[in-house]
Amino acid sequence: MTQQTIILPTPATPIAPPAPGRKFSPAKLLLTPSVAMLGLWMIVPLVMTLYFSVIRYNLLSPDQTGFVGLDNYRYLLEDPAFWPSIGHTLVLIVSVLLISVVGGTLMAVLFDQKFPGRGIARLFVIAPFFVMPTVGALIWKNMILHPVYGLWSHLFRLVGLEPIDWLADYPLWSIIVMVAWQWTPFAFLILLTSLQSLDQEQREAAQLDGAGPVRIFIHITLPHLKRAIAVVVMIESIFLLSIFAEIFTATAGGPGTETTNLPYLVYSIGLQQFDIGIASAGGVIAVILANIVSIFLVRMLAKNLRGEYDQ
Amino acid sequence: MASLTIRNLQKRYEEVEVMRDINLDIADGEFVVFVGPSGCGKSTLLRMIAGLEDISAGELRIGDQRMNEVPASKRGIAMVFQSYALYPHMTLYDNMAFGLKLAGKSKAEIDAAVMRAAKILHIDHLLDRKPKQLSGGQRQRVAIGRAITREPHVFLFDEPLSNLDAALRVKMRLEFAKLHDDLKTTMIYVTHDQVEAMTLADKIVVLSAGRIEQVGSPHTLYHHPANRFVAGFIGSPKMNFLAGTVQGFDGDFVQVQLDNGGIQSVAVERGALKAGERVTLGIRPEHLHVVHGSQIIPATVTAQESLGDHAYVYADCPAAPDGLILRVPEEEQYRPGTALQLGADPQRCHLFDASGQALARVKVLQAA
Repeated sequence: MTQQTIILPTPATPIAPPAPGRKFSPAKLLLTPSVAMLGLWMIVPLVMTLYFSVIRYNLLSPDQTGFVGLDNYRYLLEDPAFWPSIGHTLVLIVSVLLISVVGGTLMAVLFDQKFPGRGIARLFVIAPFFVMPTVGALIWKNMILHPVYGLWSHLFRLVGLEPIDWLADYPLWSIIVMVAWQWTPFAFLILLTSLQSLDQEQREAAQLDGAGPVRIFIHITLPHLKRAIAVVVMIESIFLLSIFAEIFTATAGGPGTETTNLPYLVYSIGLQQFDIGIASAGGVIAVILANIVSIFLVRMLAKNLRGEYDQ
Repeated sequence: MASLTIRNLQKRYEEVEVMRDINLDIADGEFVVFVGPSGCGKSTLLRMIAGLEDISAGELRIGDQRMNEVPASKRGIAMVFQSYALYPHMTLYDNMAFGLKLAGKSKAEIDAAVMRAAKILHIDHLLDRKPKQLSGGQRQRVAIGRAITREPHVFLFDEPLSNLDAALRVKMRLEFAKLHDDLKTTMIYVTHDQVEAMTLADKIVVLSAGRIEQVGSPHTLYHHPANRFVAGFIGSPKMNFLAGTVQGFDGDFVQVQLDNGGIQSVAVERGALKAGERVTLGIRPEHLHVVHGSQIIPATVTAQESLGDHAYVYADCPAAPDGLILRVPEEEQYRPGTALQLGADPQRCHLFDASGQALARVKVLQAA
């Protein structure tokens, strides 16, 4: 790097006010590197995916190339695994959201109470969030849900029941439990901090108004948590759309395609069947799905956030 | 409508005793103000009456019913919180109706109660707003309105004006007085602002370090403080305290020799006072004057503060560790360093014995 001399304006020379209208503005110029970076990272992969999705591009027959129009999309939509994978994706998102928000709220209320060792207990509750998804999935697969060595099978045998092979008999449910185990602590953390900002006097006022603990929860605590819950739903939805590690580690999308969601299907077509063209078409559809979900979410959130807290 | 009786009330947190020997009688319809410095226990006492804090020992009766074990919502009280504690997600109407809804009142009853409270407080045009859309004073009114709709026997106010600006505070203070005139309900009001206490109260309760120091009308507390703490707490600027010894007695007067050689006579009952005993002389700033004569308190001016219609002169005096303050007419100017001779009407002085207890003041008929 060459040394640069920076000339600071002396106090005597007034700095020119920002030029009005569409004139050249130094502030905009200074923004360009970050905007360009963002553009490169976002636009280039998107354009390449769009390009791959309309050409014949199979690693097993690299000699066959050329523009094929929307054929890749047609093949994908005709793939018997496609529609179920969309279904699995949505079921996974909705179930995990339900479990983590309801569970996180209840746990937040519970761990907001005063009891000895609360700090340690909170740490334990948050711990699953810090476990890597692959590690978490392995623990669940081999130590908890395994039909022979698993904790559940042990408990079932203890009371004389036939152990269940969870991953074979209830594969999607098993994945949902694993993912919920990872994400409930996140919901808990956000909701707990929100709960701590609840004015104690509001609770006392409700108490004087004759509300018991349940009514205080429904009429005071829940409305207060509304905003935090909306934030949790938005953030979790974005991450849950692309759940992959747990499925890859625990079930590899199976049995059959029973736990194949859209990201896993894209992976399977691209890197197991080596058809980059169709996989790219899947990627484009995933982007569209993500946008549909996020538009709904942003609408809902915007309505929510514009609520009573603004002037 | 209800009277309130507190007998030997005590509050402990674990082993720490924070309030003790609280005995208090509040008559039906009285406006009582709890006043005291931060941490004196005035809010704790209010919260015990409200049922938000447990009573460790002693008894609380509202009307003729023992309330120690009665839950907060069943005590027939309503409380206005310092932060107002409005429910932010509910409209004003719902804020005020919440308690009645929980009590299972009919829609017509709720409507009537809310409208009545809103009319009294002039917020009936704001009922569909949410708390965030209101100014501080309006929120304060809603908080009071929420209390009124419950038609309580006793109103409790926990520093209700401390979040408002000075001008609004004066206005709301007058409205509190008017509200009490209209409703004629027993009201208990906690504040650290002695102006609020003096202007609003039928009866002031001065608390300090978990004990009641004195109970009485604003007039009594101002003119006949029971001890040095109350004398110093009530009145602004503070009463001047000068250390000295009893020199002798002259009829109805006690002659006090101050530590810096000054002499001041005080019209108080002798009681068990003996010559040579250590005492503290108390004189309010408005009763301390520049005088000429034999009985004087020497002092040196340090500063003068003008307040428009009058001024306060600050002076150093070896007998007064906290310095002296005297009120003078606006026209009089004293430069720092000026030596002053001060004195006061013996009947305007207070005298406290070595333990800080006040000696009863006497009225003396002086022969011209």
